[in-house]
Amino acid sequence: MSNTNTPRRAIPDRLGTPVSRILASWEVLLFGVAVLIFIANSFASPYFLDAWNLSDATFNFTEKAMIAFAMALLIIAGEIDLSVAAIIALASTAMGAAAQAGIDTAGLVAIGIGVGLACGAFNGALVSVLTLPSIVVTIGTMSLFRGISYIVLGDKAYGSYPESFAYFGQGYLFWVFSFEFGLFLVCAALFAVLLHGTNFGRQVYVIGNNEFAARFSGVPVERVKFILFLLTGLMSGIAAVCLTSRLGSTRPSIAQGWELEVVTMVVLGGVSILGGAGTIAGVVIAAFVMGLVTFGLGLLNVPGIVMSIFIGLLLIVTIALPILARRIKQANKS
Amino acid sequence: MTKLLKSRELLLSGIILLMIAGFATRADGFAEPGNLVNIFNDTSILIILALAQMTVILTKSIDLSVAANLAFTGMAVAMTNAAYPDLPLLVLIVMALGIGALLGAINGFLVWILQIPPIVVTLGTLTIYRGMAFVLSGGGWVNAHQMTPTFLNVPRTVVLGLPILSWVAILVVLGMIFLLTRSSFGRSAYAAGGNPVAAIYAGIDIGRTRFFAFVLSGAMAGLCSYLWVSRYAVAYVDIAAGFELDSVAACVIGGISIAGGIGSVIGAVLGSLFLGVIKNALPVIGISPFAQMAISGIVIILAVVFNARAEAKKGRIILRDRATAEVTA
Repeated sequence: MSNTNTPRRAIPDRLGTPVSRILASWEVLLFGVAVLIFIANSFASPYFLDAWNLSDATFNFTEKAMIAFAMALLIIAGEIDLSVAAIIALASTAMGAAAQAGIDTAGLVAIGIGVGLACGAFNGALVSVLTLPSIVVTIGTMSLFRGISYIVLGDKAYGSYPESFAYFGQGYLFWVFSFEFGLFLVCAALFAVLLHGTNFGRQVYVIGNNEFAARFSGVPVERVKFILFLLTGLMSGIAAVCLTSRLGSTRPSIAQGWELEVVTMVVLGGVSILGGAGTIAGVVIAAFVMGLVTFGLGLLNVPGIVMSIFIGLLLIVTIALPILARRIKQANKS
Repeated sequence: MTKLLKSRELLLSGIILLMIAGFATRADGFAEPGNLVNIFNDTSILIILALAQMTVILTKSIDLSVAANLAFTGMAVAMTNAAYPDLPLLVLIVMALGIGALLGAINGFLVWILQIPPIVVTLGTLTIYRGMAFVLSGGGWVNAHQMTPTFLNVPRTVVLGLPILSWVAILVVLGMIFLLTRSSFGRSAYAAGGNPVAAIYAGIDIGRTRFFAFVLSGAMAGLCSYLWVSRYAVAYVDIAAGFELDSVAACVIGGISIAGGIGSVIGAVLGSLFLGVIKNALPVIGISPFAQMAISGIVIILAVVFNARAEAKKGRIILRDRATAEVTA
């Protein structure tokens, strides 16, 4: 929908304006927010500053953040995938069915990741081969993927996973550092290199900034988009493995509403919803911010649905603030 | 252009009639007038919400908060009715319209003044409004016995063979046809979505048009909130969860372009009826209601594919995919 904002996206005649400085300092600003929330939490609850407690807090965001990395690339390229939570539901359902059939842990992981990839490929094919708008396509596939889970499971649940499968969501590498947290750090590093250190990453930015120009520059737009949807599917599959392993059961309503939280995390991390700008570092810090907020509110016994009000406000305020700041800067100049 | 739209609506009507005929062979009495009236009545709320969604989509926006708006406003209206049974129904309906319009205005304000992309605004307000419904009710329910008989019975009252609920939907449809094709707001809405740059040069304030589209959408969600709570005789936090997608689906099926500027009221109505017929047919022909979600998903995807092909015909293609680049942008 960036098309409607053409006047705002016009390239200025001078570079290095306050806007770019604000963008450059977004991660710093966000880091400050994270520190503040951390301090506030430690005052709010005496139980917060405990190594195991903090370790538990990371589970609030690791799975979502893994998807958020891939989603960040997708949004930078000017697309969006609203079906990620539904992919988790479908992948988890497939793993549950396989576990009942007696498939071992390695097989379950392969199935979870495989379903994620297949769903990503389906989205990618619809968007890049048939050139359809990703918002509507993924609203449709969101219904379809979760709908299949509902057909398979109805009001029932899968729960009999092998014992070794529990490691992915409940295991610890050493001391308080969970396997999931380690995976989160590895994914962050890989995606940071992919986005900031490779040709592919540059192509993602180019497509997001000016798809038309990207095409003329020989960027394989369709292929890049397809790979991005595939990556998002892959990360959703991995998140499904972790989440299913952590919960030890599968219901069709698993991960309901996560698409919103993932998008919020990405946008909070400073990725422009209009595409073309953002960093993985920002998303990592945003993951910590959201994890700390929800965990802190949880310690204060705030119900989940009330937390979602905070998440929604966070989303709107973090997008509105830079716009307001730019507006004020411009008003001061003229 | 008109030919294309006309053929599309004829086609959709044909498909719906075929579906009804097909279901009738599997289930006796499916095509009987009484049952068709029931289906229409059952789809009335979706029709109204789809028309609200359509107005917003026409201006190249999207309103994902309609269902959450419905839940919050419905809760507010039901709680007011339970607490003050003496308040006349008209006051409650005006209240529903007012709260709905206010919530819609918040969306519109953020889109207009702050120029935040509509999908982000309404994704945010979707969770906020539903969260507010929880805060308002404390997670409680308002049940049928707490509501007054007038509150419950008015939409069910049969007038001239149709329940008032259906008549409300018909009135809204007629009103929307008038508003979108015969008023300056309607023309602005089409222009703002069809070609925003040209609309600006033509002196149309796109932001203001979008704002009013969101206010209208909110007010109609407010109207639906009363109809919903009264029809199902219960109000709780999760009513109409996911219904925003149904409203988008009805629009997409009805040929309203998600890129804005294209679509007709009749199309949106037919899109809603299409979903309504499927929803009512599934239990009758013995398919699990759990399958409905997946079927909507497939229908949405097919409709998007179909729309994209229909729209591609009128675009001039300079470089491959230029036309779609504009659609996705």
